[in-house]
Amino acid sequence: MIWERIVRTGRLLRQAAHLMVGQPDYDTYVAHMRAQHPDREPMSYEAFFRERQQARYGGGKGRPVRCC
Amino acid sequence: MSLSNSFWRQLPWLLLALIGACALGVVALRRGEAVNAIWLVMAAVSLYLVAYRYYSLFIARRVMQLDPLRATPAVTHNDGLDYVPTNKHVLFGHHFAAIAGAGPLVGPVLAAQMGYLPGTLWLIAGVVLAGAVQDFMVLFISTRRDGRSLGEIVREEMGPVAGTIALFGCFLIMVIILAVLSLIVVKALADSPWGMFTVIATVPIATFMGLYMRYLRPGRIGEISLIGVVLLLGSIWLGGAIAADSYWAEVFTFSGVQITWMLIGYGFVAAVLPVWLILAPRDYLSTFLKIGTIVALAIGIIIVMPELKMPATTQFIDGNGPVWKGSLFPFLFITIACGAVSGFHALIASGTTPKLLASEGHMRYIGYGGMLMESFVAIMAMVAAAVIEPGIYFAMNSPAAIVGADAVSVAATVSSWGFVITPEALESVARDIGETTILARAGGAPTLAVGIAQILHSALPSFNSMAFWYHFAILFEALFILTAVDAGTRAGRFMLQDLLGNFAPALRRTDSWLANILATAGCVALWGYLLYQGVVDPLGGINTLWPLFGISNQMLAAIALMLATVVLIKMKRQQYIWVTLLPTLWLLLCTTVASLQKIFHTDPGIGFVALASRYQTALEKGQLLAPASSSSEMQHIIFNAWTNTALSVLFLLVVFSILFYALRTGLHAWRSPVRSDRETPPIPLPAETAS
Repeated sequence: MIWERIVRTGRLLRQAAHLMVGQPDYDTYVAHMRAQHPDREPMSYEAFFRERQQARYGGGKGRPVRCC
Repeated sequence: MSLSNSFWRQLPWLLLALIGACALGVVALRRGEAVNAIWLVMAAVSLYLVAYRYYSLFIARRVMQLDPLRATPAVTHNDGLDYVPTNKHVLFGHHFAAIAGAGPLVGPVLAAQMGYLPGTLWLIAGVVLAGAVQDFMVLFISTRRDGRSLGEIVREEMGPVAGTIALFGCFLIMVIILAVLSLIVVKALADSPWGMFTVIATVPIATFMGLYMRYLRPGRIGEISLIGVVLLLGSIWLGGAIAADSYWAEVFTFSGVQITWMLIGYGFVAAVLPVWLILAPRDYLSTFLKIGTIVALAIGIIIVMPELKMPATTQFIDGNGPVWKGSLFPFLFITIACGAVSGFHALIASGTTPKLLASEGHMRYIGYGGMLMESFVAIMAMVAAAVIEPGIYFAMNSPAAIVGADAVSVAATVSSWGFVITPEALESVARDIGETTILARAGGAPTLAVGIAQILHSALPSFNSMAFWYHFAILFEALFILTAVDAGTRAGRFMLQDLLGNFAPALRRTDSWLANILATAGCVALWGYLLYQGVVDPLGGINTLWPLFGISNQMLAAIALMLATVVLIKMKRQQYIWVTLLPTLWLLLCTTVASLQKIFHTDPGIGFVALASRYQTALEKGQLLAPASSSSEMQHIIFNAWTNTALSVLFLLVVFSILFYALRTGLHAWRSPVRSDRETPPIPLPAETAS
């Protein structure tokens, strides 16, 4: 019971740390692709990582990544 | 029955409000004996919690009428990438990491020259009634519009001209932010081989991390960040050895002007390199270090329970302070800026956060709560500035033109103000933190670093020296400022391309190398110029640039709040517009009075025109006015004064044209009998997510 809670909290902390630097959860992405777009192959973790990195820092309108 | 039930539920909150009021009473009224920092923290935290429980709930239920059953953009556009319904605590972390920066740390430190009380009161009142309301409202407005950005929403709700003016305003603000942040770094690193070495070391460390994550073990953020942090701590240790060695200390000693040119060159090169090489890995380091330091500081303050050495108010509330000139109203509010209200947050709250919101019910926690957290960081910065001996605070932050350039004259001048300090004490602090001098280190970062070092060193006395913690704090600030310079130059480049594209469409093409290089160079040249004039400014630079930054930031907040007011009117929720209208009016008043004073005030220490004409008259008579030591320096001061006047005029024009459009749209919508806002039509939450 308590062990489950620790594992869950740990997973949330890891997700939070990743999202702080612009990396959404990969498992959520894969689950989404499998459920909504079963015809398309989801990106590998490496491709997903690079795609998100470029999206966060590569610029474009309305993408200030931080504040003063 | 239900009455007594609800009474028992309100009781703890009533007690909390009482605790907050008592703590605030201690902070505000106790005179002549030292006040413990814990009172300040207690006052702030209890008032934040009460405001969160009641005021933000009122805004959520009555003003916004949030509907947890209404699908958010993250649900309707879910793509697993940009739009992802996210756990609310995870999203809180993301949002907080995006809004917390150097601003809330530096503002309170500079504001401490008036004593800790005025700044603390504004930090608490400002965030509860204005800052958190702004963040919350913009998050609400953007979420109800598919997560569109502030510029796009202004365009949709107030017309294309207002949209372009707002975009131009954002670009101006970006340039000023980059200049002032870089200036803080320069002021902290000039003639400091230890600091300079550690900051330079971040470049190879980040590059190594970038290559590792790209080729060796792609995407392993956790392990490489850990390696990076260990390497960083190693570089701080090595920096100490370098500063102690006479040959290597010489190699890493640079003047302010040299560092300025390095930064400008770096800004240009970094902005055209691939993002995975330096920018991304350094952002990982700076983000984790930032969160870690904030947590460590909070724990440190609770363990150490330091006493505040700074008086509650100093004689400088009359407006003649050495750190920055100007009276309490409006300049205290301009100086504090980010920790109470930050216009820049409107860009974050209409950026990535609304696209990750799983439910409208989380909005209050993330929008309002996130900003309360930021204000708490500012309160800690205020504590860090106030635990330092006031004599040391003023010696570090006053320009040489006012207090002199050597320890003896600085100590004499500062002591004559009533903040008794000896030259030996100044030198001993410099030795403690591993520097040759602490004089003329304006800009907030070094002062904050001394405060943080004091707190962390007394929390862990046997673990490392004061000097280690000082350079740790400097590195932590420099890291995220450099990341901001890098990312800001990229963002500024796109804004500039977009703006110039209105006149020369070829410049808008982001795939064209020529357009990219031109826009990057243009952006770097603009902030680089402001930075350079700040560094060579004999008056210290910070006291010119920081008010300009504060004014621009608060003006952006005023723009965001004007938009929120217009949207409320368009939604026909007129009875509640006071929620956004009152902070709007306050911000408009502060920024207008401040800009007008910056332009027209007869005191050359405040008014740019008075400064320019004073030096012009002297120059025509062939005289030299201190601190200028040549006629070219005189010319320099005159030219800068006119540049700054022009900037202030531009800010006024931007904010008043937005006010004009807001009034026009607002009045029109007020007369209309039906709703006229552009919210996307509601879609109910799918059954499986709602359950």
